[in-house]
Amino acid sequence: MNDAPAPAPPADAPQADPKLTHAAGEWKHTSPLLSCRFDPSGQFVFCSAQDNSVQRWNIASGQATALNAHDSWVRALAFNPAGNHLYTGGYDGRVFVWETAAAQPTPLRSLNAHDDVAHEGWVRAIAVSPDGKTVATCGNDNLVRLWNAEDGKLLNVLSGHSKHVYNVMFHPDGARLISGDLKGEVREWDLATSEQVRTLDGGSLWKYDEGFRADIGGVRGIDFSPDAALLACGGISEVSNAFAGIGNPLVVVFDYATGEKKQSLVTSKKLRGTIWNVHCHRQGFVIGCDSGHEGGHLLFWNTNDPNEFFDFKLPNLCYDSDLHSDGLRVVTAHQDHVLRIWRMTAPAA
Amino acid sequence: MKCQYACGTAEHVLERRRFLGTIAGMAGAATLGAPRMVQAAMPELVAGDKHIIMIWLAGGVSQLETWDPKPKTNTGGPFRAIPTSVPGMHICELLPHTAKQMHHLAIVRSINTKENDHGKGAYCMTTGRKQEPVAQYPHLGAVGAKLLAPEDSPLPGHIHVSAGGSGGSGNDAAYLGPRYSSIVLGDGNPPRNTALPEGITPEADNRRHAFRTSVNDHFAKRRRWAESDAFVSSFDQARQLMERRDVFDVSKEAVKDQERYGNSEFGKQLLLARRLVEKGVSCVQVTHSNYDTHYENFDFHIEQLGEFDQPFATLVADLVERGLWDKTLVVVMSEFGRTPSINQFHGRDHWGTAWSVALGGCGIQRGAIIGKTNDNGTEVADREVDHGHLFHTYLSAIGVDSSGEFDAGGRKLPMADPAAAPITELLA
Repeated sequence: MNDAPAPAPPADAPQADPKLTHAAGEWKHTSPLLSCRFDPSGQFVFCSAQDNSVQRWNIASGQATALNAHDSWVRALAFNPAGNHLYTGGYDGRVFVWETAAAQPTPLRSLNAHDDVAHEGWVRAIAVSPDGKTVATCGNDNLVRLWNAEDGKLLNVLSGHSKHVYNVMFHPDGARLISGDLKGEVREWDLATSEQVRTLDGGSLWKYDEGFRADIGGVRGIDFSPDAALLACGGISEVSNAFAGIGNPLVVVFDYATGEKKQSLVTSKKLRGTIWNVHCHRQGFVIGCDSGHEGGHLLFWNTNDPNEFFDFKLPNLCYDSDLHSDGLRVVTAHQDHVLRIWRMTAPAA
Repeated sequence: MKCQYACGTAEHVLERRRFLGTIAGMAGAATLGAPRMVQAAMPELVAGDKHIIMIWLAGGVSQLETWDPKPKTNTGGPFRAIPTSVPGMHICELLPHTAKQMHHLAIVRSINTKENDHGKGAYCMTTGRKQEPVAQYPHLGAVGAKLLAPEDSPLPGHIHVSAGGSGGSGNDAAYLGPRYSSIVLGDGNPPRNTALPEGITPEADNRRHAFRTSVNDHFAKRRRWAESDAFVSSFDQARQLMERRDVFDVSKEAVKDQERYGNSEFGKQLLLARRLVEKGVSCVQVTHSNYDTHYENFDFHIEQLGEFDQPFATLVADLVERGLWDKTLVVVMSEFGRTPSINQFHGRDHWGTAWSVALGGCGIQRGAIIGKTNDNGTEVADREVDHGHLFHTYLSAIGVDSSGEFDAGGRKLPMADPAAAPITELLA
């Protein structure tokens, strides 16, 4: 996640209207896409793919540049607040730091806990603190690691999760960190002491399937509302068939002050899918990127209503999304190799 | 002396069968029905000397995430290949512990069963035959029990340690008869009804047994039947099994061994398999579930193979250290593999066209790789084999002429599919 709060828009800035969502650009790769992020400047979109590469797409020129260093799929993409550094985390356990706009990108450094890896097993997510000084990573070793962004040195290890840690995000105040795991456990950590402060119950995003004999679910997407009053966690719930991944997309919205569940955002139709990422828009609505047996969807909710107020059908399954800092555009990474940008305003005449 | 039976009417058989309960059906099957007629038309093996452990990865484990990785291809998925203890042999990084034991094991990478259905695939792989509407063939464990189990063994010859289930008896011996059907240990628990009922003391049970023996002896002096002998034998065997109930209790194993296999359910079940083999059980199947990963194949293989790897590697090392490896055929198999192509849900689907099994121990060449698939695993590129070849190989490995026949009441039945043959280069 890019945890730097988006700058407040000018008073006369255009407002997003999800019901006006329309295609605003696309770029096709040669392999199914996994993750995507706008860079903070909004000049580029980065995406990762099943060919182990990360691709940088210049939105204006359409030029694509490959970032090749990982030995496996890359699922974690994050920027520092200044936007000049990109962090990539892969299923090879490695985290690389890149110059965002380099003409011929090569890693500036890697974050190494030992043996050139940041985590044992997959790196699932990366977050950078609002002041840009600390990087948080998490992964399949059930750990959260904190790194010095300046020199890449390991600062601390936060242990306590009993399952793979799927997501990590800094609180906008920079003093606390949130991590969410396969079992839907959401933990809050005090960064001054590196102690766990409390656990929020996202258990509805997890199931141990007795027939399948495996865990299914997890905190697939996580985001704070701009005022940090709400924390949204997305994933799959009510799994009826783990073999085929049949459940219902769900976003659990917590009242962050109390830690209590405020709302469960569901879908009016049985989409039999998973929320792969979630975004709290500055206008107060929540966006969920859903994919499953009914295809791909961008779902829009108001947090006072459990049902979506708008369901935008995507042309293909998508496994990640990101919200542009202008609040008007969303990018989605698709299984059909296509990176798509959507604009939530009236189409240009 | 040949005994003189009063008669052999079906009515008596029926009444006797109604009498038998779960445990009697289990132990009594030793002497009932077809099995007493079935003989192996071949030289006798040294009974009790060899064993089979079949590890069944239910649902169809992915060959790309186990024995035939294809990293950096369009089908390879996110996992990397790692070197093993056999120079030049690589397996998936999800099996780091197993990789260190591969010098004891072999891989067949060129299986094409042409079967993508769970039930039919399982039938192929466990019987060595295609499923037919007019014929039933026995499970490898039943065949192994028939060939390997001592006639007088107090323990069942064919045990299935299942993932879940409540126990009971399988129906997988076909014409070999119920004696060789699997006894199912649900979740690794001892067979049902093998503990004395509450309120029955051992002394009371002994008195009950003495009374039953007395009555049986009295009855046998006047009317002796094959079925009455079976009746007596079934109770005797059930009693022997009850006396050996601790055979099924892995907590009797040394603490260091329990720790070595780990605390997972599967680890305990593999330790139980080793314990059963060491105590004389001929064939043990352990099922690990579930690998039917149409969705999130990679996450699920991390979880499932994470449970499989360390206990399995421990089993191999343990059997070697105890001198049981060369007497025990160990096979890791599924009903099929999984599609090389990654579906839109990051899953892999059913795939019987080009996949792998791993095996080792009794009669198997160590460190062998048989056959290969093409660069991205979509087809067999060399030495295509199927379930029939594998079944012949298993029998050959335990020292049986797989072209032999069972004699079921005068009817000659080939032990393995006559259209196939052993994979001779895999045999030690």
